[in-house]
Amino acid sequence: MMAESKITLEQVRHVARLARLRLSPDEEERVRADMDEMLAYVDKLNELDTKDVAPTAQVGEAGTPMRDDEVTNAPAADAMLANSPSRERNYFKVPKIIE
Amino acid sequence: MASELNKLTIAEASAMLRKREISALELTRDCLERIAAVEPKLNAFITVCDKEATAQARQADARLATNDAPLLCGIPLGIKDIYATTGVRTTCASRILENFVPPFDATVIARLRSDGAVFIGKTNMDEFAMGSSTENSAFGPTLNPHDTGRVAGGSSGGSAAAVAAHECLGALGTDTGGSIREPASFCGVVGLKPTYSRVSRYGVIAYASSLDQVGPFAKSVRDAAIILRTLAGKDPRDSTCSARAVPDYQRALTGDVKGLRIGVPKEFFVEGMEPEVEKSVRAALKNYESLGATTAEISLPHTGYAIAAYYLVATAEASANLARYDGIRFGLRVNAEDNIALNEITRAQGFGAEVKRRIMLGTFALSAGYYDAYYLKGQKVRTLIRNDFERAFEKCDLIVTPVAPTTAFKLGEKMNDPLTMYLSDIFTISVNLAGLPGMSIPCGYDSKNLPIGMQLIGPPFSEENILRAGDAFERSGASKPRATAV
Repeated sequence: MMAESKITLEQVRHVARLARLRLSPDEEERVRADMDEMLAYVDKLNELDTKDVAPTAQVGEAGTPMRDDEVTNAPAADAMLANSPSRERNYFKVPKIIE
Repeated sequence: MASELNKLTIAEASAMLRKREISALELTRDCLERIAAVEPKLNAFITVCDKEATAQARQADARLATNDAPLLCGIPLGIKDIYATTGVRTTCASRILENFVPPFDATVIARLRSDGAVFIGKTNMDEFAMGSSTENSAFGPTLNPHDTGRVAGGSSGGSAAAVAAHECLGALGTDTGGSIREPASFCGVVGLKPTYSRVSRYGVIAYASSLDQVGPFAKSVRDAAIILRTLAGKDPRDSTCSARAVPDYQRALTGDVKGLRIGVPKEFFVEGMEPEVEKSVRAALKNYESLGATTAEISLPHTGYAIAAYYLVATAEASANLARYDGIRFGLRVNAEDNIALNEITRAQGFGAEVKRRIMLGTFALSAGYYDAYYLKGQKVRTLIRNDFERAFEKCDLIVTPVAPTTAFKLGEKMNDPLTMYLSDIFTISVNLAGLPGMSIPCGYDSKNLPIGMQLIGPPFSEENILRAGDAFERSGASKPRATAV
């Protein structure tokens, strides 16, 4: 018997577009099956009533410290650009955006 | 004949270096020789830094001659390839960063460098720290030094294997859901994940920022205490990093655990656990009682929900963190007709299967219409898990559990079933969700001669207590380390 699917191939393609991942047709199907299994597994969280529970986003104690809006690093354009896949002078070079 | 200085602990080597009985150069050369001999069998390193390490060792010797050198001066360490290291390529075990050479040091790297530590190489890992076996590496899996047919654990498997096989004296890992503790357990070494915010994450390639934490691998609890002291402390470059003073953790190692109240969570001793693992951890608890500690059963009722909550929270954060790998500013670029296609094809070719799987799940959990049902639900259950621990620590000082339900599994055994792989972190993951410190220490061996690990968990910032208890167990001699097969 086939269990009800948690996610369709069309949804997988939509999420892949959001995540900027070009999946092959084989990958799409594999990812769909894996996500299906994980989403079915995480359904167990619905056994818990969390209506009055506050979410935890962060466990640290530091809060959100402020700092002065000052430049602290020395200019180092060459070091920053050394890893760029394509560079022209002090710019990252990319394919043309506007026709 | 090799002098095998690489087999020393950090405490031993440090004392000998100070007395000038050995030199940092000799120590480093022994590690490099060992690396050359065993790497074909283990693959614990992605990059070995022969030249840089030799230069660092010479500098350390000059400093040691002045009689004013820190404890880690001249000590060869393995560095997980997730830490930015100036001038040394940092891949995160991914094709997308295969040729990335950082122009800066992570804060912990800068601290170790200023202590005079020697960086012997960058260790192998699961790509972007996503995995429990180091099989998800673009550079091939790391094998377990106790049995090369088995995994080293993950994601910091290279660091664990390198320390176990004496390729270095200690190492750095990172732990998001068990990535220090599980490989430490599988390889029979000490692995410490400190309290969230105890150590700066600046320059550590991010996986899940609210869970990631830096920590040491070592051959002894004392060595872990020595490394932690250098790592820990406030850093203006990581706004989550705690400003609390850093104690001299070695001073906590008194050997005295009289009156220590140990909690044993009943939810951690359930079906699916190998009987030999349970037997070994139960024996360790008896040993603690004989040392004057007390043990009592406690409950962490939401334990069974931790993996599900984790895989929503962690993958959501990962999907955001990994958005930066777009082929524009650094890393791999695959050229295409326009920028969107360039992003999509670069990421498709640069990321491995597990990374794609987690980005997809995380993007889905955050997407319009699903956020409340998945991501928010995960965060709420995270609160319940945190509350479980808070309540438990009203009744005990320390919680002791197995690190993993099994010893090291066979290579390939779990690769085709992601969920089964995720379940290997069932005992470690809730500690990250709650932001607590946890340490894995060897507590015995199974009948296949594979190491078994015991996990010590404490309240936030109780590293001294954890280290004291771990050290006391080590000193009792209840578990003798055995030589590796390699």
